[in-house]
Amino acid sequence: MTPNFLQDWLTKLLGNDAIPIVVVCALPLVFILVYALIAILGEMKISAWMQDRVGPMRTGWKGTFQPFADILKLMQKEDTTPSAVDKFLYNMAPYIVFIGAYAAFAALPFSSAYMGATLNVGIFYIVAISSLAVVGILMAGWASNNKYSLYGAIRSVSQIISYEIPAGLAILCVVMIAGTLDLNQISAIQSGGIQNWFIFGGPFPMEKRLLLLPVMIVLFIIYYITSLAETNRTPFDIAEGESELVAGYHTEYSAMKFAIFFLAEYANMFAVSAVAATLFFGGWQSPFGEVLGGPVWGIMWFVLKSFFFVFVQIWLRWSLPRLRVDQLMSVCWKFLLPFTLVCVVATALIVLNF
Amino acid sequence: MSSPGKYFKDAWSGVWTVLIGMRITISHVFGKKVTRQYPLERYQLPERARNRLYVNMDDCIGCDQCARACPVNCIAIETAKAMPGEDLGVTSGGKKKALWVTKFDIDIAKCCYCSLCVWPCPTECIKMTDVYEFSENNRNNLVYNYITLTPEEAVLHKENADKAAAEAAAKKAAAAAAKPAAPKPAAPAAGAAETK
Repeated sequence: MTPNFLQDWLTKLLGNDAIPIVVVCALPLVFILVYALIAILGEMKISAWMQDRVGPMRTGWKGTFQPFADILKLMQKEDTTPSAVDKFLYNMAPYIVFIGAYAAFAALPFSSAYMGATLNVGIFYIVAISSLAVVGILMAGWASNNKYSLYGAIRSVSQIISYEIPAGLAILCVVMIAGTLDLNQISAIQSGGIQNWFIFGGPFPMEKRLLLLPVMIVLFIIYYITSLAETNRTPFDIAEGESELVAGYHTEYSAMKFAIFFLAEYANMFAVSAVAATLFFGGWQSPFGEVLGGPVWGIMWFVLKSFFFVFVQIWLRWSLPRLRVDQLMSVCWKFLLPFTLVCVVATALIVLNF
Repeated sequence: MSSPGKYFKDAWSGVWTVLIGMRITISHVFGKKVTRQYPLERYQLPERARNRLYVNMDDCIGCDQCARACPVNCIAIETAKAMPGEDLGVTSGGKKKALWVTKFDIDIAKCCYCSLCVWPCPTECIKMTDVYEFSENNRNNLVYNYITLTPEEAVLHKENADKAAAEAAAKKAAAAAAKPAAPKPAAPAAGAAETK
């Protein structure tokens, strides 16, 4: 089953080309909007539970509709633009940040039958396009004409660019093992049950697996840490650090522009979690091999795995304090990078010799 | 980074301590919650909790001791003497009331809930209750009027008392004028009339 099965099937069904393309393009957007509501509620509820509170309880059953109320409130707010900002950059920034997050969804294989764009350079494209957010963040910080915004933007950019190196190298190791950049094919390789996922060594002979297992676990931890940094989540949220920088680069934004920054952050969280799930945990593969496999169950497994990693991000956020700027950089350059380099060499040797 | 051993130990403890922290936070997810859903469930107040003041006007004798005890002057009392023949009844303690209480206002917005007004009250008619939900949109609504008389009755009693006081003063002045030989008791009487 090809990843553009959905598009082909719709084309055959409707007998025209345009509508299937629009549907295929819009599906991730619909997904992001629904997912953001769930994730916002999850963030509120989980943070509350971890602090022995109960969280929102008044809107709907046990506060289930709180995100809707929040979105409605944000939509009613006045969209203020400070007089001293660079209007063009200021207004463009949130959309650029969101485009960076949304574009990454094009190469995510939601199921063996659906993928926004069938790219043979999928993961490379995701790494490249998610850097677009850096431009948007810097635009927001610079255009706001506010020192806190600029500090936040500078911190965010330096952090994202630094952490892209270990992230890219960690991804490179998986690409070396899989022999492809296409995320759909990377998922397809890990077929045959939970033991064939790359985190457990992949579908290889036993000795290769045993050698790969420790490397993959280290790589997964490194990738997960860098993904936290790339989405500006705690413990790497120095870009937003409320106690130091008000709110970082989105200090001056209000109403829907602020909401779009928020949406972009949540979309990014899902994107990096989905990449982690695809690279290390089999993507849309069922953990039971052929049981509960197939394209429709695939969506369920993919979303479930990604949601689990989003949950872990929320979990970490409410467990850990924020790092200092120098600690952040030393974690990246002194710990993550050497470990990743060793892993790259180890993976290369294993792939060459077995 | 003093030695390679320390480097790896640091890296390991970095990962391991995060896992310990995560174990602690996840245990709280399933733990008992401390939040009380306030309007739905309320705290049991302590027995002697001091909240909104209440005055039982049936027992009030208008002695003004609570108003004098109040450190923030939030109690305002005005009284009028009862006319001869008017029966004001007795308090629950059996004390005979001698004053019409024509004004008994407590500005609860000023009240500091110290309960200093409660202790001097001879008939124990002013006390602190456990009511604490009495917010208002208008600050003037927080001035509570406790008098049981209607405004007309209050004015009437006040006028009666004023008239009686004026008559008494006039009588005293006349008596003083009739006895010019004895000026000594006249002076304090005139002074008393002026202050009234």
